[in-house]
Amino acid sequence: MSAPDLLQPVVSPRARAWRRALRHGGVLFGGAILLAIALVAVFAPLIAPYDPYAQDLSQRLIDPVWGPKGSWAHPLGTDQLGRDYLSRIFYGARISLLIGLSTMCVSGLIGTVMGVAAGYFGGRVDDVVNFVVVTRLSMPVILIALAVVAVAGSSLTVVMAVLGCLLWDRFAVVMRAATRQVRDLEYVTAAEALGMPVRRIVISEILPNVLGALIVVATLEMAHAILLEAALSFLGLGVQPPTPSLGLMVSEGRQVMFFKPWLIAIPGAALFLLVLSINLLGDGLRDVMAPEGRS
Amino acid sequence: MLGFLVRRLALAVLVAFTVSAVSFVLLRASGDVAVAIAGESATEADIAAIRHQYGLDRPLAIQYFDWLGNALSGDLGRSIFFNTPVSDLISERLPVTVAVGALALLFAVTLSVPLGVAAALRPNSPIDHLAMWLAVLGQAMPSFWFALLLVLVLGVWWRLLPISGTGTFAHYIMPAIALGYYATPAIMRLTRAGMIEVLQSDYIRTARAKGLGTGRILFKHALRNAAIPVVALAAVQFGFMLSGSIVIESIFALPGVGHLAWISLQRSDFTVVQGIVLMLAVIYICLAVVADLFNAWLDPRIRVS
Amino acid sequence: MTAPLLEVRDLRVEIPLEKGVLNAVRGVSFEVARGETLCIVGESGCGKSLTSLAVMGLLPKRARRTAAALRFDRQEMAGLPERKMARLRGDRMAMIFQEPMTSLNPAYTIGDQLEEVFLAHRGEGRRAARARAADLLERVGITGAERRMRQYPHQLSGGLRQRVMIAMALMCGPDLIIADEPTTALDVTIQAQILHLLIELKREIGLALVLITHDLGVVARIADRVAVMYAGEIVETGTAAEIFAEPHHPYTRGLLACVPAPGVTKPGEPLGTIPGIVPSLIGEMAECGFRERCPLALAECARPVPLHELGPRRACRCVLAAEAAA
Repeated sequence: MSAPDLLQPVVSPRARAWRRALRHGGVLFGGAILLAIALVAVFAPLIAPYDPYAQDLSQRLIDPVWGPKGSWAHPLGTDQLGRDYLSRIFYGARISLLIGLSTMCVSGLIGTVMGVAAGYFGGRVDDVVNFVVVTRLSMPVILIALAVVAVAGSSLTVVMAVLGCLLWDRFAVVMRAATRQVRDLEYVTAAEALGMPVRRIVISEILPNVLGALIVVATLEMAHAILLEAALSFLGLGVQPPTPSLGLMVSEGRQVMFFKPWLIAIPGAALFLLVLSINLLGDGLRDVMAPEGRS
Repeated sequence: MLGFLVRRLALAVLVAFTVSAVSFVLLRASGDVAVAIAGESATEADIAAIRHQYGLDRPLAIQYFDWLGNALSGDLGRSIFFNTPVSDLISERLPVTVAVGALALLFAVTLSVPLGVAAALRPNSPIDHLAMWLAVLGQAMPSFWFALLLVLVLGVWWRLLPISGTGTFAHYIMPAIALGYYATPAIMRLTRAGMIEVLQSDYIRTARAKGLGTGRILFKHALRNAAIPVVALAAVQFGFMLSGSIVIESIFALPGVGHLAWISLQRSDFTVVQGIVLMLAVIYICLAVVADLFNAWLDPRIRVS
Repeated sequence: MTAPLLEVRDLRVEIPLEKGVLNAVRGVSFEVARGETLCIVGESGCGKSLTSLAVMGLLPKRARRTAAALRFDRQEMAGLPERKMARLRGDRMAMIFQEPMTSLNPAYTIGDQLEEVFLAHRGEGRRAARARAADLLERVGITGAERRMRQYPHQLSGGLRQRVMIAMALMCGPDLIIADEPTTALDVTIQAQILHLLIELKREIGLALVLITHDLGVVARIADRVAVMYAGEIVETGTAAEIFAEPHHPYTRGLLACVPAPGVTKPGEPLGTIPGIVPSLIGEMAECGFRERCPLALAECARPVPLHELGPRRACRCVLAAEAAA
């Protein structure tokens, strides 16, 4: 039954994964939306029609363009302080992506070091890492984050630092499992037998092989971080006004949501779209890396 | 079994102590609590007075062990704002939070487990695709936004459900949905993956070879094995829900622990916050133990060695 | 002659794949009389296991089964709804699988899993089921049945689990047992014990046995009749004596040459091998499936080869055999 497989042209697994990725609907769709959002966020100063902080009390609570009194002057309308909503959304996406990326990097680094160490060395190291992960999982994240921000004073930097230091658990768990799998492969044993130093084995043999799993967790954790920041800001203990954070905008819009529902609908939808695109990309990448996992 | 139980409980106790220490230190080390309590207009003298009053001028280790010793005897200190024992404040509000959490978990499980099983029975069928899309969309939905949309649509436009308070059972429905939906994608996916794997296993083929009915095969032989990882996940998710109750309770004005935490944070009432962190962690740890015991009951390989 | 217990005519199993349809079993026919032992032999991937699963109605979901006739005790099973098929399975026909380590449900005790078959088919209550299970465990050579019944699969060795599987197959006193390589996954010493047990039980109870195996040594000890399968087809069939004494198909000869035979194989003489690999089973076969590997291949072998009747219940799918018979 394996005869036909032998006749397949030899393609490296990486090239095959790429090819699958380019045909995968989720990867394409999620990637395209994410790219669009990222471009908007990066070039926000150039494309935003107004200064997101500029208040104009004569232009308060204008409807978006599809509303009864809307106009193209403010495509998404204005908020209670007369600030242009579209510009604030652009800048809000910037904050969200910034938080997502920074958290991904900080927690990714912490979690990967812990997970790879636990998976590679096993034994005592594994026990210790396991204990630390269980301990971390037992701490109520939102509350701890809120409390630390409350004591340390809320600012973008504090929020980024807090989330980065709290959200490494999944990185550690996944990296530990992935490393354990790779660790038992023959070429790693061979490298050990040849007396290669641990640092080189980890960098040149282990890391390249757990990279796929790392990318998948990284995207999903980025989405998680963005949602958490939004929740913290919504509760008033994240990014502080007048900074345009999407969570904060929902919170501000809440006061008038019964009359002007789009004030919460628009930033929420933007947040939803951003997180959705990241999750689609992450889920898609997982399918691509392990095609037998689905179907 | 006894050995397993003892080891599991020992670990739980160790984790509980570590969590209490870490969160205590985190709260004290991340800034000057005295400054936060005193507020912006306080003078140096005020701050020093507060520091002395709450014992914040003592070494951190002493503060911790003092607090821990009291906590072990059930005394979590006094609220700075209410000037009542923290344990009383919490125990008054805990039933609301637990009720919402339990309802939310019930909602999540009753939605996601049947959906996951149905999807696993017919992979790539319309119901599988529906389940997958629900999971993808659900996971991307910010919980506070979803809660506000529920309030807007079900509460204000359609007037189906009350939008805040705790008077009747109906008051708990929206909070439970808003809190529980976020756990459904994960539970659904795990149920689906587990069922697909189990249904392909040799012992399911054996069960079919024995001529058992479909229902027996599905519910006795398959679901029990597929449920083992789901139980552990549900416990973890319940932990997240307790933590997430702070968002939901603040939106629906539910007088629960989450709401207490939120107002205490705004009033810099850190004794209360510290007590709630400890209580939530202990509940979570207990749940994890219960989940493990339940799994040991489900899976004899853990129980009988 | 009375009707056979199991009659299979032109059984086909197709598995749709991305690259095309995999014709894993292509027109297999055989019959098994009451009390008879049929051994189906052949190398891995030749369709032996799928044939047995197809007979039991246990194929994986995406596989498609067709048959001109699939009769068990004169009852046609081909169009039978799953509910009625389930009534036959475990009761009148039972199956023993290759993997004793994974074929028992880890979550339930041995006793529960044994009793379950009895309870599903016989309305005689748990007490009767328990007594029957204990009785059968003793019979398959497991001592301390009462204690074993309270144990879980993971507490038993592979050999013991396979004995449990055999006892489970016997619970309702079936007329037919299909055993799919029941000893392959076991240690060599255990293999002999399990085989002995099967032979003994068969003799005592008088049930019909279809034994799937690639071990010709096993065939020599147990088979009444033999069907040799290759690339989804039966290439030769006959009584065990006929097959061993006078194999016609080059593939059968090749298989026999791979096994040392006392008195025939000289010490130090190399054993035979069959070079090459099984052809792709995707799509229709345009020629004799063995042609590429056959030392005697002729030009005529480039067409599909029909099964030539060489005598009563003796047939071979080879042009050379047809010439010899003519």
